[in-house]
Amino acid sequence: MRVKIKRCNFLFISILFMCLLAYGCDINRDNDNVTINVCNWGEYISNGTYGGVNVNSLFTKETGIKVNYTTFQSNEELFAKMSGNGAAYDVIIPSDYMIARFIENNMLEKLEFKNIPNYHLIDDNFKNRSYDENNEFSVPYTWGLMGIFVNKNMVDEPVDEIDWNILWNEKYSNKILMFDNSRDAFGISLMRLGYSINTVNLSEWRKAAEELKKQRPLIQTYVMDQIYDKMGNGEAALAPYYSGDAGIMVKSNPNIKFVVPKSGTNMFIDAMCIPKGSDHKKEAEEYINFMCRTDIALANSLYTNYSTPHKGAYENLPEDIRSNDVFYPGDDIIKNSEVFVNLPSEINQEINALWIQIKTGGENNPWILIAIIVSGMVLYILVTLYKKNMFWEVVKMASIKFKDGNVMEFTVGTTILTTI
Amino acid sequence: MKTQRIIFPYAVWSLLFTVLPLILMFTLAFTDSSEKLTIDNFLQVGKYSSVFVRSMWLGGFSTLVCFIIGYPVAYFISKIHVKNQGLVLVFMMIPMWMSFLLRTYAWITILENNGLINTFLRSLGLGEIRIINTQWAVIIGMVYNFLPYMVFPIYSVLAKIDTKIIEAAQDLGANKQKVFSKVIFPLSIPGVISGIIMVFVPSVSTFIISKMLGGGSNLLIGDLIEMQFLGTTYNPNLGSAISLVLMVIIMICMGIMNKFDSEEEKRQAIMM
Repeated sequence: MRVKIKRCNFLFISILFMCLLAYGCDINRDNDNVTINVCNWGEYISNGTYGGVNVNSLFTKETGIKVNYTTFQSNEELFAKMSGNGAAYDVIIPSDYMIARFIENNMLEKLEFKNIPNYHLIDDNFKNRSYDENNEFSVPYTWGLMGIFVNKNMVDEPVDEIDWNILWNEKYSNKILMFDNSRDAFGISLMRLGYSINTVNLSEWRKAAEELKKQRPLIQTYVMDQIYDKMGNGEAALAPYYSGDAGIMVKSNPNIKFVVPKSGTNMFIDAMCIPKGSDHKKEAEEYINFMCRTDIALANSLYTNYSTPHKGAYENLPEDIRSNDVFYPGDDIIKNSEVFVNLPSEINQEINALWIQIKTGGENNPWILIAIIVSGMVLYILVTLYKKNMFWEVVKMASIKFKDGNVMEFTVGTTILTTI
Repeated sequence: MKTQRIIFPYAVWSLLFTVLPLILMFTLAFTDSSEKLTIDNFLQVGKYSSVFVRSMWLGGFSTLVCFIIGYPVAYFISKIHVKNQGLVLVFMMIPMWMSFLLRTYAWITILENNGLINTFLRSLGLGEIRIINTQWAVIIGMVYNFLPYMVFPIYSVLAKIDTKIIEAAQDLGANKQKVFSKVIFPLSIPGVISGIIMVFVPSVSTFIISKMLGGGSNLLIGDLIEMQFLGTTYNPNLGSAISLVLMVIIMICMGIMNKFDSEEEKRQAIMM
């Protein structure tokens, strides 16, 4: 009987292992039914709700290629996922400066543009930008501007006069939200000071950090997506964010206006790329080409509310969106805006250190940490001695030895070691 | 021989998912991005000592609050009729069946400037309190989320105390306070210790509570580590070093705690 049970267990375990193995093999086995891994921003593709098409299932239906669709929350998170070697994607859609960083680190495949015939439908204004100068690695997907969301009920200044400076206005203390993201937060501080957001001058970054430290007491909270809730229900009056979200935000609270500061702003372009090591490059290019089809680009633009770089999709957009200068601002604003580029790694490191300093509130004394650990250990030893009722004995012994002029530390040390 | 074999699945599991990651963390902590040996990461950890102090103060204070609230609750539950104990415990557990994130998120709506508490206070004309995005909000979040972990271990120890011991103490002339301070409380110390550990360790290393309720400026160690791995300041080497220092601190705290525990148990054994 016992033997039987053991065998059963063994059988069970081997079945389990076989299942695992079978699962592992599955991906390689059915080559005729390819699956590509796509990683995109959250809520950034038409998924069939709000009357649009479900882009991914339509792609599968038309080409037979399955799509394993995942999302990321920040460019840095995508970078972390990609550099951990843990995730193999076939198509990713990061932003400009992160594309530059991927290119610099040799993490992207060059695209075969003859496989992407729809590429000519992309507006030339968005090609060959500084992050990918010869446009070899990326196909623009969406673009937008950074601006300030303003709750008109809570802010007195006329909308036209609002500039980055308002985020430092003490009048709105505890009513201001700020990016929980170093690059964007620093960008605002740099633009306010009149510096380039891509400056390689370290002293300008330090100056910007000083300003952000001054701003910290006025900030209600550092957030990213939570801005929808906090602006929507009137918790906050001012919040910098991207133009693409203006549609949703204004819908939730009509008092909210999106202002692009006249002094200049940051323009971002999110573009589709293929990472190095993609197993299905041809299928990935087919996917990118599909995304550049007019009807698909239109569906995505309508769903995400972000501006499209696609000429055909733009022409087919409803008139009220096309003429809305939040989404499609005049050329002067576009000209006045700067795209993030990748920074040298020593500047990136400095920014990281400065950013943590801003968030933790200034310089720290490293000795405090050492003191904590050492005092913890001392406490541990004292408790041990006390519990063994040897605390006073050790003290007595130490004092006797001290009087005798012997080496106190040695005796105490050995006593402690032997007792523990 | 046979009994040793049954832990085989767990041994494989812990080797793959506990030991290996620990080794990985060690190697990461002692190397830089170009995989050269260095202790620079540990020197950098010192820059964040204020984060460590804040985490330990918030975690320690929350643990204390949990103990002050949790001990009487556990004592109460252990004293009521056995039939009702299960019911009360279920009530304590119901919130734990909900997602941790959702529970914390709910606190935002309660504590916000335009949230439930402030709307209520304003309607009574009592002005308003600013609590969201402060350390107090983080403490409330921690206490709320981790209180059951304090109550259950204490309760299970209290429920197991032999009533004969208490009766004996009463027979020997101890009044209620004496019985509690000389018999019940000392016997419940193992529960208190494990309660403290079960509350303090997750509080010290949490990151989502401070992120949601602390407003992003009450950075805790958990947030700092998260920033190094998934956040804007990608640096797994530094992140591993911070994690290791945190582990050392927690190990010291637990070591001190366990000293009390084991000693108490020994005394019990002698008493029996």
